[in-house]
Amino acid sequence: MSTQNNLPAEEKSAKSPINWVDFTKGLIKENPTLVGLLGMCPTLAITTMAQNGIGMGLATTFVLVCSNIVISLLKNVIPKAVRLPCFIVIIAGFVTFTGFILKGYFPALYDALGLYLELITVNCIILGRAEVFASKNSLVPSILDGLGMGIGFTGALFVMGSIREILGAGSWMGLQIPMTPLTIFIMPAGGFFVLGCIIAAVNKIAGKKPPKELGCHGCPNAESCTACAKGGENK
Amino acid sequence: MKELLAILLSAIIIDNFVLSKFMGICPFLGVSKKFESAIGMGIAVIFVMVCSTLVTYPFYMGILLPLKLGYLSNMSFILIIALFVQLIEIFLKKTMPALYKALGVYLPLITTNCAVLGVTLLNINNNLTFVQSIFNALGGGIGFTVALLLFSGVRSRLETCDIPETFKGVPSTLIAASIVSVSFMGFSGLIEGIFGK
Repeated sequence: MSTQNNLPAEEKSAKSPINWVDFTKGLIKENPTLVGLLGMCPTLAITTMAQNGIGMGLATTFVLVCSNIVISLLKNVIPKAVRLPCFIVIIAGFVTFTGFILKGYFPALYDALGLYLELITVNCIILGRAEVFASKNSLVPSILDGLGMGIGFTGALFVMGSIREILGAGSWMGLQIPMTPLTIFIMPAGGFFVLGCIIAAVNKIAGKKPPKELGCHGCPNAESCTACAKGGENK
Repeated sequence: MKELLAILLSAIIIDNFVLSKFMGICPFLGVSKKFESAIGMGIAVIFVMVCSTLVTYPFYMGILLPLKLGYLSNMSFILIIALFVQLIEIFLKKTMPALYKALGVYLPLITTNCAVLGVTLLNINNNLTFVQSIFNALGGGIGFTVALLLFSGVRSRLETCDIPETFKGVPSTLIAASIVSVSFMGFSGLIEGIFGK
């Protein structure tokens, strides 16, 4: 790529266009949901079944890869001041497109995801990757980044969905499990509880201190969010 | 009138956006540390939810539907909300500096709050009328604020608790949210009980 951006840190080592770190970092080390704590809404809302988790994860991955491609190609065209609305419109376009595909070919999944499919538009993982990665990197790394982050997200949703489905409905991917279901786990309260426990478990296994704050570094709104949390004094 | 009241109440406590629909979790977890910021965020959300419903509903019914462009609702709504938040910001800054001072910092956050996009899309998907939509948006906003305020109270208690090291921070916050959500489950069936649907 002739248009190398002079940006610090992570992309310095990228001499060849394919750098597998871009892909693998999203899987576990920088997992967007469990480590980055982004995209909480879909993680909690549609994980009542493992299947829905995979469906949502793959739909998000598709949108993420497509939007990363377009944004990395357009990064020199989009004016900095209006970049967020531009990103959102690009993402919304792909979400609508994904909606058509699901409605046509996977109507059951489309019904199960419902409104949350459209809300992929405001999923902060996608906007965050656009802001942090795709708008600063060339095409190939952006695709790898999108794939890695998307698969990491799908994996997290699958784990979360499996736990909630097994405990809450006594089934898993269509299999019946001989146990008394604890319905609370597929209700909203169970969602918060399971996610809290999974994040605690990840912290324990990773052996690091649990994050005090949400992983807002990837979110374009991080700055104003922190300002709000500190008491909302406006400059 | 009875029907509108039912929509309002059910949006506030039964179909609470945060605790039963999981929309707007980011601000719910991020901005609920202090009581004052919870109030500011809540009022800003109510304001933007109602205002954007006032704009998106006529836009959908008057422009998208006659042109058979209903599938563009998602794309156009998010753009309208983004634009609208900017306009509100400019308008408040010029005309009501006191209100701007109180809400200004929360406004940019609301563009990417999925509860706002969610409420405008839900109004269309559920075939509500214009007036019903406004009440639904108002209820949704109030419900968001109530959840945020309650949770800020819970969190201020949580701060002083002795929690196991692994659960400190986000995990314990999520588990506290789960318990608040259980308390809201107690309201289910309330609307049917009062209004006999």
